Amino acid sequence: MRRRLLPLLALLGAWAAGIALLRRTAAGRRERVDLYFEDGSMQSLSNGAPEAARLLPLARAALTAARGG
Amino acid sequence: MTAEQALADLTEISSQVEAAALFDAKGKLAASTLADGEPFVRAVQDLLAAAAEARQGSLNQLEAATLEGSLFVVREGDSCIAATTGSEPTVALVFYDLKTALRAAAPEAAAKKAGLRRRTTKKKPEADGDAA
Repeated sequence: MRRRLLPLLALLGAWAAGIALLRRTAAGRRERVDLYFEDGSMQSLSNGAPEAARLLPLARAALTAARGG
Repeated sequence: MTAEQALADLTEISSQVEAAALFDAKGKLAASTLADGEPFVRAVQDLLAAAAEARQGSLNQLEAATLEGSLFVVREGDSCIAATTGSEPTVALVFYDLKTALRAAAPEAAAKKAGLRRRTTKKKPEADGDAA
């Protein structure tokens, strides 16, 4: 019985690890806008912030323009 | 060095840079790696204007990371450079390469700035030189 369960448990473990890795990778690739100022300060606006919601489409438009889209 | 040469050097040195443009604070295009850099510069100008509204202060660098790629802008005085890269670039390296290209393309402005600094710091040695 135990021998039969082992492969199943291993499969479940691999599946859970895969899901965790995918979530981590997606979080790392989160869209953001980093603003650097002359006084040395920096502001990072992550996707979800109201300012980022305004700036990210403009950045995408610039990328599209550069790629001839 | 001309603006075109500075961009040619940039794309040769930095394999991460896909496209780049040099322009002034008013959006006047000086050089571009694109066949038509005007739409790109206009879009960057719109982004800079929106970013300036987002927070008070003098913005001198910007990086926008999207899933499609990243956009970089560096501003020094009246000169600006904007570039695009693929996703997940080496941010510090791209900023360094852009600043180098911007300074190479605008040596007069940089020299003027350096000259002003030199004049204030080298006042004493000049006086010593005259005496000798």
